[in-house]
Amino acid sequence: MTTAAPREAAAGIAAPAVRGRSPGRIAYERLRRDPAALLGLAIVTVFVVTALAAPLLTGLNGWRPETFDKTAIDQALGGVPKGDFGGIGAEHWLGVEPGNGRDVFSRIVYGARVSLLIAVAATAVTVLAGTAVGLVAGYLGGRVDTVLSRIMDLVMSFPSLIFMLALLSIAPGTDRVLLLVLIMSMFSWPYVGRIVRGQTLSVRHREFVDAARVNGAMGPHILLREILPNIAAPILVYTTLAIPANIGTEAALSFLGVGVRPPTPSWGQMIDNGLLWYQVAPAYFMIPCVCLFLTVLAFTLLGDALRDALDPKGGGR
Amino acid sequence: MILRVRDLRVAFPAGTAVDGIGFDLDRGRTLGVVGESGSGKSVSSLAIMGLHREAAVSGSIVFDGEELVGAPASRLRELRGRRIAMIFQDPLSSLHPFYTVGEQIAEAYRLHLRVSRRVARERAVEMLAEVGIPEPRRRAGEHPHRFSGGMRQRVMIAMALSCEPDLLIADEPTTALDVTVQAQILELIRRIQRDRGIAVMMITHDLGVVARVADEVLVMYGGRTVEHAPVREIFRAPRHPYTQGLLASAPRLPAGGAGDSPDPAAGSVAAGGSPDPVAGGVAGPVVKGRLRAIPGSPPSLLAPPPGCRFHPRCARYAAAPDDACVTEAPELRELRELCVLGEVGEVHAGRALRLVGAEGPPAGPVHRTACHLAETRGGSR
Amino acid sequence: MTRYLLRRLAAVAGVLLVICAVTFAVFYVLPSDPAAHACGKTCTPEQVTLVRAQMGLDRPVYEQFGGYVTGIFTGRVLGDGPTALECSVPCFGYSYQNALPVWDLLTDRLPVSVSLALGAAALWLAGGLAVGLVAALRRGTALDRSLMAATLASASAPVYFTAMMLLLILVQRLEWLPYPDYRPISEGPAAWAGNLLLPWMTLASLYAAMYARLTRASMIETMAEPYIRTARAKGLYERTVVTKHGLRSALTPIVTIFGMDLGGLLAGAVITEHVFGLPGVGQLTYDAIFKADQPVVLGVTLLAAFFITLANLGVDLVYAVIDPRVRYA
Repeated sequence: MTTAAPREAAAGIAAPAVRGRSPGRIAYERLRRDPAALLGLAIVTVFVVTALAAPLLTGLNGWRPETFDKTAIDQALGGVPKGDFGGIGAEHWLGVEPGNGRDVFSRIVYGARVSLLIAVAATAVTVLAGTAVGLVAGYLGGRVDTVLSRIMDLVMSFPSLIFMLALLSIAPGTDRVLLLVLIMSMFSWPYVGRIVRGQTLSVRHREFVDAARVNGAMGPHILLREILPNIAAPILVYTTLAIPANIGTEAALSFLGVGVRPPTPSWGQMIDNGLLWYQVAPAYFMIPCVCLFLTVLAFTLLGDALRDALDPKGGGR
Repeated sequence: MILRVRDLRVAFPAGTAVDGIGFDLDRGRTLGVVGESGSGKSVSSLAIMGLHREAAVSGSIVFDGEELVGAPASRLRELRGRRIAMIFQDPLSSLHPFYTVGEQIAEAYRLHLRVSRRVARERAVEMLAEVGIPEPRRRAGEHPHRFSGGMRQRVMIAMALSCEPDLLIADEPTTALDVTVQAQILELIRRIQRDRGIAVMMITHDLGVVARVADEVLVMYGGRTVEHAPVREIFRAPRHPYTQGLLASAPRLPAGGAGDSPDPAAGSVAAGGSPDPVAGGVAGPVVKGRLRAIPGSPPSLLAPPPGCRFHPRCARYAAAPDDACVTEAPELRELRELCVLGEVGEVHAGRALRLVGAEGPPAGPVHRTACHLAETRGGSR
Repeated sequence: MTRYLLRRLAAVAGVLLVICAVTFAVFYVLPSDPAAHACGKTCTPEQVTLVRAQMGLDRPVYEQFGGYVTGIFTGRVLGDGPTALECSVPCFGYSYQNALPVWDLLTDRLPVSVSLALGAAALWLAGGLAVGLVAALRRGTALDRSLMAATLASASAPVYFTAMMLLLILVQRLEWLPYPDYRPISEGPAAWAGNLLLPWMTLASLYAAMYARLTRASMIETMAEPYIRTARAKGLYERTVVTKHGLRSALTPIVTIFGMDLGGLLAGAVITEHVFGLPGVGQLTYDAIFKADQPVVLGVTLLAAFFITLANLGVDLVYAVIDPRVRYA
């Protein structure tokens, strides 16, 4: 045992690098052969490219998202889009907004930008904050762990939607996007924190960590170089699954009227608006709903596939 | 004869785990099945229990005159727990955490013998007493996590024996236990076997366990039998290089540590079961440590080596390569006659020998091995 | 057990107090003038000052907070002189815009939200568990794959989308269901359930999908446990193995999630109530937020936090019943 321990530990030091690649490789191979993952990836790519290329795409159809087109709506009928399916045609590819004739395609494209930006940024903040707190709590243990865990429990006891609504409705500030990102992250980081804390607890006394400590590594080094790479898989999976959740939350908040403010387009806002018109112009309600549905579905497919691919027990699920 | 297995094969979608094994087992006898993890020993036992759900089982398993391969699932279920019972490696995870041990023992008894809840409950207490659990009446009402490792395995044994089975399959029953407790559990199994005259199939990677309880030993490698002999023969004169490697890699105690053993070789292995109490508690690494003396690693199920599955790790093959080892799977041959005849040359030629294959062994245990390069006389030890 | 319960209840009280303090601080510190909102648009500055005094907004925050908390247990009188308002126990503040104590508003709306949450929960538990169980036992088959695809779609659809689709199909096209219009259960269970069926289905379709996936994963994991093999080795019927040995263990993680979900919904499913126009706590919240009716928002937040912490406590107690290892710990 006395001779075996250092040898195992020495093997463990090299392990993160070696292991970090080979399970990643396995996961990559599994993902490549998973049709659900590929479908998810394809849809996500379409929306991400759309969001990135929004100015180009609106340049193609010639309509800015804020531009009114009074010719496309029937003023006599209270602003109902002219033509079938909400005015879908060569001029307005996905029809126009009832009441003011704004181009739906352009608004969807710019809405994708807002939705994805907020969701991804909120996820990033959530994961960073949660990982930091979870690592510290799990690694240091003792009183620090107790305090941090209590705080996490407390935040998780907050009725988050009500609180988010209330905060967003009275919060000052002109940068709604930043505000949304911060407020959405404020209530979700403990979920990451808990996962990371648990994982950290389970690896912090493994041999490779002890070995690093014996070799004189300091806390931050151990946390970032020894522990973090070994608990990266669950964090990655959480991240992928948190993005669709955040897309949904952002849409819900915009739907309830506390998200981004007009004229900035957002899918949730369009859906809220579409609800008023859905009897006469159902297409205007359906289009953003379908976009939202597809995006959430695609990210979930991807997250599920990633979780299965990273599962050491095998991706048979 | 309570159990007669012939040419048993178990194939999973990923590969063949058991590739044609056969043996006989009588009442009151114990067969030790030895091998590394992945050698197919546990898979074989689950096949006898009819517990493979996604595997193709072929060959023949005759239990008390009844063919089990191809028998309807309902019939297998009737036999399970009632006439064929099994205990497992890790008694904690093998017991349901939410039910009391009394409930878990009574459950099978009630089902198979159609008795009232009260009678089954009494039976559970009785069984707990029999396996040596103090205060059985009180302990029957407790949950498994309140028991120590050894006590949990006693509970498992009580559960397995409650319906008076004819055959007990013990799959590494002592591996997860402390060394001192291991001996107690083995003693318990041996005592119960003597009292009741049941047949026991003892699956283990630990030659010490085999030496203690088995009458006969079946050594498995890569899903095949490599050696099958009375226990004394295995320890006195192992023929297969793999068996020899296993014995050589098992730690020994200094002389005198095995005074009470019937066989010096067996005794040394048995007593040397684990000189390190820490390592003894966690069995996995110990096995690896011991087997490190055999170079290489166990064969893969997906792509087993051609010919003799052991040849990539075989010292004898390395010393004197023979094409047969790579091209042909060696047959399991009886060696008794060879010893009588003493024709060394014939053994190396191998093919002139009487083959003991699917037809099964003659009455009484004989020494058989599956190696193109098998020696005739006592092993390398 | 009693000591454990008392300790947990004390912890619940502590959590609620902290949430109350944080909520209080946030709403009363942020630059928004509840008094101006409470008074209305036509108020003169003098009137606003008067309202502010009556709401206690002119006093230090900690004093306001102390008054609020003690008011919950003792009741209080808001303001003084001829305009003083009597707020009886439990006093969660007074909604000037509704001219009612917050407690009255909450108790008035609560039955709607509770009806919505409980009915939906019953539906989604039954549906989710059944689908998840079948998928787990038929793992890898076409049935499993199509069920999982369906749940994925169902879980990805936004609530308002599901709600509108169900409305379009079941109410407008097929006319099987009435447009939801809340009827208290005292008017007869049929009218109550009939009107809530659509919102129930809306919420349940989302949660049932998540529960089906959870149940499936949990069941698959449990059925691979060694004790399941033991149960089979005992010769038990497969039905017994699945239900008595498998499902019971597989359900434990679901209990946790269920507690959290139900706790979160009891104080109002804001979107669902909003879409269907149900007069529940969620709709009350929505209205209060846009009218900046701070006392109501504070009250709703506390009520929701109360349900969440209570649900967590309930989960822990249920756990102790299910899992003996927790009981002894």
